Amino acid sequence: MFRVSSAALDPDALRRELSAAGAGGFVTFEGRVRSHNEGREVRSLEYEAYGGLAEKEGEAILAEARGRFHLEAALCVHRVGHLQIGEIAVWVGVAAAHRGSAFDACRFIVDELKQRVPIWKKEHYAAGVAAWISPPAAPGDRPPA
Amino acid sequence: MKQVRVQYFAMLREQARCSEETVGTSAATPAALYEELRRRHGFRLAGAQLKVAIDDDFAAWDSPLADGARVAFVPPFAGG
Repeated sequence: MFRVSSAALDPDALRRELSAAGAGGFVTFEGRVRSHNEGREVRSLEYEAYGGLAEKEGEAILAEARGRFHLEAALCVHRVGHLQIGEIAVWVGVAAAHRGSAFDACRFIVDELKQRVPIWKKEHYAAGVAAWISPPAAPGDRPPA
Repeated sequence: MKQVRVQYFAMLREQARCSEETVGTSAATPAALYEELRRRHGFRLAGAQLKVAIDDDFAAWDSPLADGARVAFVPPFAGG
């Protein structure tokens, strides 16, 4: 399951959602707000999501991961709202029969999430200014002239 | 003239000063609609930097734009 949450993420509670009797390997990833980016001191981060489409794309990624890595269970939750340094921005947990596929699937989900799920972040800097972060654009399928 | 509901996110939301609006337009495609709105709101992002979604699904820029459609112009993602 993929979801977007405006409430703080509780890793213990999330882990409990993923109990699977057949899973010998359980891998989790926590993406946290860090205090610097590209040489600038960051005070906080604001995350915004396109809710309906984010959950649809997130579910598609988890379905691909389940098929590709033979998972017992997978869960991914992304925060929205204004986050402070150290807070969890994204949490991924995967349970699989063996550790190899659990590690691989966890990485796959985080990497795909960054490419495909419509979520944005705005960095608030120590200097008092703020900026939306724009990675190199993935070209649209048919850009307007 | 048709009416469409347009949703904005992130920098587009800030530049439009609203997260959604209903727009009367004769634009035939999302590409034409974006150019209209870009002129109106002064969006700095070119269409080539965005994706477009219609009714919560990614769509082609030259898709037909129907009356009552919900259109979202989606800036480059930066989740995680």
